[in-house]
Amino acid sequence: MDNPIENRGFVFTKESLRKKFRWSEFLSEKIITGVAFLSITIIILIFFFVFKESLPIFQTRKKEVAKVEHVQKQEQYGGESDKGQTNSSGQEQYGVTTKDTMMIENQARGADTVVHGSDQATFKSLTGKQWLPVSDNPRYGLIPLFVGTLKITLIAMLFAAPIAILAALFSASFAPYWMREIIKPAIELLAGFPSVVIGFFALMVMASFFQNIFGYDGRLNAFVGGVAMAMAAIPIIFTITEDALTAVPRTYTEASLALGATRWQTALFVTLPAATPGIFAAILLGVGRVFGETMIALMATGNAALISVNPFESVRTLAATIGAEMAEVVFGDTHYNVLFLIGSLLFIFNFSLNALAEFYVKGKLVKRFQGKQS
Amino acid sequence: MSKQKKIAGGLFIGLTAFSAVLIIAVIVILLVVIIIGGKGTFSWEFLTSFPEDGMMKGGIFPAIYGTALLVLIMSVAAVPFGTITAIYLTEYAHEKSILAQTIRFAVRTLATVPSIIFGLFGLGFFIKFVGGGMDDAFLGGHLKWGQPNILWASLTMSLLTLPVVIVSVEEAIRTVPRELREASLALGATKWETIKRIVIPGSRSGIMTGTILAVSRGAGEVAPILFTGAAYYLATLPTSLSDQFMNLGYHIYIMATQSANVDQTLPIQFATTMVLLLLTFTLNLAAVIIRSRLRRKAK
Repeated sequence: MDNPIENRGFVFTKESLRKKFRWSEFLSEKIITGVAFLSITIIILIFFFVFKESLPIFQTRKKEVAKVEHVQKQEQYGGESDKGQTNSSGQEQYGVTTKDTMMIENQARGADTVVHGSDQATFKSLTGKQWLPVSDNPRYGLIPLFVGTLKITLIAMLFAAPIAILAALFSASFAPYWMREIIKPAIELLAGFPSVVIGFFALMVMASFFQNIFGYDGRLNAFVGGVAMAMAAIPIIFTITEDALTAVPRTYTEASLALGATRWQTALFVTLPAATPGIFAAILLGVGRVFGETMIALMATGNAALISVNPFESVRTLAATIGAEMAEVVFGDTHYNVLFLIGSLLFIFNFSLNALAEFYVKGKLVKRFQGKQS
Repeated sequence: MSKQKKIAGGLFIGLTAFSAVLIIAVIVILLVVIIIGGKGTFSWEFLTSFPEDGMMKGGIFPAIYGTALLVLIMSVAAVPFGTITAIYLTEYAHEKSILAQTIRFAVRTLATVPSIIFGLFGLGFFIKFVGGGMDDAFLGGHLKWGQPNILWASLTMSLLTLPVVIVSVEEAIRTVPRELREASLALGATKWETIKRIVIPGSRSGIMTGTILAVSRGAGEVAPILFTGAAYYLATLPTSLSDQFMNLGYHIYIMATQSANVDQTLPIQFATTMVLLLLTFTLNLAAVIIRSRLRRKAK
């Protein structure tokens, strides 16, 4: 073709300019892409394995419908007698190490009827009002655990949401630059506090402090746990709300100020409403955090599975139940399966919250800022 | 504007400021109370000696050692995989592709999964499925890997800290200027060479922040290791991957809720909590500082 290039001793042809196949390139790209799939794989595996361990409950139910009905009746007669005795404190019954439990599991597998005959984790029993997994006549009613978890979530959010949102509004709209540079990292540091430390603080300091103020009987209760959980939820709500507030276009605030509104009016009536979807997402993720929090619940709530609306009574949350009982449980037992079922429920609930925050809220936010809102 | 409205405005701003101050006050109070409670017992011996008299006296050395070992193994697993995922998301994937968005969603989901679920997963997957499978395949059913140990606990923890690493590294990679990459490619370097020589060195501080944050998170979490390897008391340090271990956070939990005499060991509990709190606090502070420098550089 053209000569000038040829004179210098090399030729660019269509062939030579084509991207060469290199093994190193090929492999690195494939390996990196493969590793990137890991996160997706982990999510799927978590769901699969946690759910898998809870499956035997449903299988037992199908096989033993007739039998279960029978046992269910028996249970009601014997139910009253041991109501008060084993209130969440019968854990000592399982003083066995894991090695032993594995053997017991194997034995239980050999004699299938032993396990199935004495346990009844049917749907009926799961919706019962008593959580007495280690009594002679075990009952796996999840209602008290749900009530406890909802109660503590409500208390925590009543504290965390207003404080975190107002603080975020202060940081985003009113605070001078230097103050923002203190508040934001400080709250990031609070996010880094281990929950066991917050739980310890609640157990040793806050519990006595609140007891002196309110003068209730039990040191550990839903209120103490809820306030401690609020400390864990505040950083999440604050950070996401702050992001949502600062993402509100400057033109909004400038237009408002130009029309004669003051700064606080602008913040309260323009910035805050514009960021509502983001704040909603923040609250959802805060709820998720409190719902699944284990260590604070274990240490500060008293862990008695009661059904009541009194905030100063002890509660037992779903996550704390798993944390407290899984170590003592017999592998493969119905109790073990029920704990995994609770885990699956927690996982599904958290996943839904996250998905809701992600898709619904994000879509809405984008549309609103692009002026496509109808 | 009327006077009333002005007062209302002042009150509103005051309320928001009060909320912000309240949060910071709580942080300071927590730090101060724990430090005052723990400072009396805290000493060099406390850090370097074993518990004595059924954990009524003595130090917390095995718990510190176990925690260090846990975060070390955890980092070895989480940091490379997290970094590679971040590289994929920034360098290879198209921002809008379904795959990249799914991975991002998975990472965010992973970050919000309750830590106790990781514990359940560790038990169901690592201990029962992988460990039990290994025992059946190689040891003829002899129980060695199919029970809680430090390897499974660390791997469980690494799943929890993976998103932390991914997010920090991704943020850092984005600060590497486009021009540098283009210059490298224009000089004839391939994509992988550019990543190896330009992108990774340029985001070293982000990888470091990610590692620090992951370590701090891993050192503080207790729920995932409750039944995947943490032990109440061990007379010897773990020497193999199939040993159980003691852990600072677990030690606090056990001492505060299940020990025989909670009041008598209160000073030890406060001192242990102080050690854990200061450890995570320092790590987080370091990460915050490195990150704010990085953000300033990005601007």
